[in-house]
Amino acid sequence: MNVQVADTALETEGEKLRTKVSIKKLAFYYGETRALKDIDLPLYDRKVTAFIGPSGCGKSTLLRVLNRIYEMYPNQRAEGRVMLDGVNILDPKQDVNLLRAKIGMVFQKPTPFPMSIYENIAFGIRLYERLSKDEMDQRVEDALQRAALWKEVKDKLHTSGLGLSGGQQQRLCIARTIAVRPDVILLDEPCSALDPISTAKIEELIDELKSDYTIVIVTHNMQQAARTSDYTAFMYLGELVEFGETRTIFTHPAKQQTQDYITGRFG
Amino acid sequence: MPTQHIVQSFDDELRRLATLIVQMGGLAEQQLASAVEAVVRRDSDLATEVVQNDAKLDTMRTQIDDLAIELLARRQPLANDLRTVVSALRISSEIERIGDYAKNVAKRSIALNQAPLVKPVHAIPRMAALVQALIKDTLDAYITADAAKADAVWARDEEVDELYTSLFRELLTYMMEDPRSITACTHLLFIAKNIERIGDHATNIAELIHYTVKGEMKKEERPKGDDTAYAVVTAPGGRQ
Repeated sequence: MNVQVADTALETEGEKLRTKVSIKKLAFYYGETRALKDIDLPLYDRKVTAFIGPSGCGKSTLLRVLNRIYEMYPNQRAEGRVMLDGVNILDPKQDVNLLRAKIGMVFQKPTPFPMSIYENIAFGIRLYERLSKDEMDQRVEDALQRAALWKEVKDKLHTSGLGLSGGQQQRLCIARTIAVRPDVILLDEPCSALDPISTAKIEELIDELKSDYTIVIVTHNMQQAARTSDYTAFMYLGELVEFGETRTIFTHPAKQQTQDYITGRFG
Repeated sequence: MPTQHIVQSFDDELRRLATLIVQMGGLAEQQLASAVEAVVRRDSDLATEVVQNDAKLDTMRTQIDDLAIELLARRQPLANDLRTVVSALRISSEIERIGDYAKNVAKRSIALNQAPLVKPVHAIPRMAALVQALIKDTLDAYITADAAKADAVWARDEEVDELYTSLFRELLTYMMEDPRSITACTHLLFIAKNIERIGDHATNIAELIHYTVKGEMKKEERPKGDDTAYAVVTAPGGRQ
């Protein structure tokens, strides 16, 4: 079930694609259990890539490898390489904090810090940079603007982030992620706890953010993958079954397994 | 039709869509057969029946389109399911056109009955039989999701075109020889053209079946045997 994927310079309608992240022969283990096997996959620069597949297929695991968040847990290890702009981020010498600033992550449930809206964003920036108050104000505003939240919160920046609605909290988390100016944004089921309006706002945001960031979205919602992504990777039992342009995957996928899954025929 | 979704009612709906298409196609095939029979037997009553029956096809088209739109809205089909539903929308409109042409054949047969019999009528049932077989095989290919069979139908339409071309020439010659036959021959010419167009719609359906099954539109040009667009027939004795 090895999938051949063009590494770089795949051309779409005359547009030259650049590979931002190149996943090579990646395997992942929870103790003795192998959760990912032989993953080869490119993430194209300033494109949205969706990871889809049934629960337990390894899509969230793959996401967790990309910013090495798995290292917070014992007995979990990755083999292979994940090249970000040509540098292997799985290299033990890689500074993990720096990595997580470059590859930010937004989780399924909104996870604002129990602090003010302003501090939710400033907190992360302070870890990496020393800014004057004016500069910081500007950065916080920028991040909130980019996350399409500014208008809703500009008059209550110093109230708790926990007082926001679920959709607003999720946009706050996205603002927090982009405040540290990452290259890649990982979204793990970012809308599964949100109503359709909040979901639409996040999807609109994804559309805007992709002009500056490489985005990966894990979703169980097939229509969401179809709506938001440019490329789709279908995973099953820890392997990559099919990777391709989203429009192809959702209209005529090459593999029967992919078709069975996206059409709801998985037995 | 491919089935076995986890959600069974989705399968039921897709099956219902396929059944409606086949029923509608069968009715259109019957309309053509009756219209041609009306021509051959000079039976105006049968022709009138065909004209009236066309409303049934329109109703079925609406049913198919409503169901397809509902499926799109409620199931948000993807991949082969999406292709099946989108093709159903297009196939229903192709079949409706087939019905319209059959109705027109029937109408013309009524006019034809007012005029004296002309000889070239004999070629009409032959051509119609060929086209009817195309429709039937197309519907078989549809219900069995058989792309190879659909492709075969698609290629076979060339025979219809050729038959039409020879009939076209025959009718023109006939009219030149006997101008009193012009009314009847003109109606026959349109009848033949209608049947030829029905063949084209059958091939369109065959292309949609190919797309539904394979996920790609056919790329080749269909072989065509109709060159009447360029035909010049000279009157016997060289006068035009």
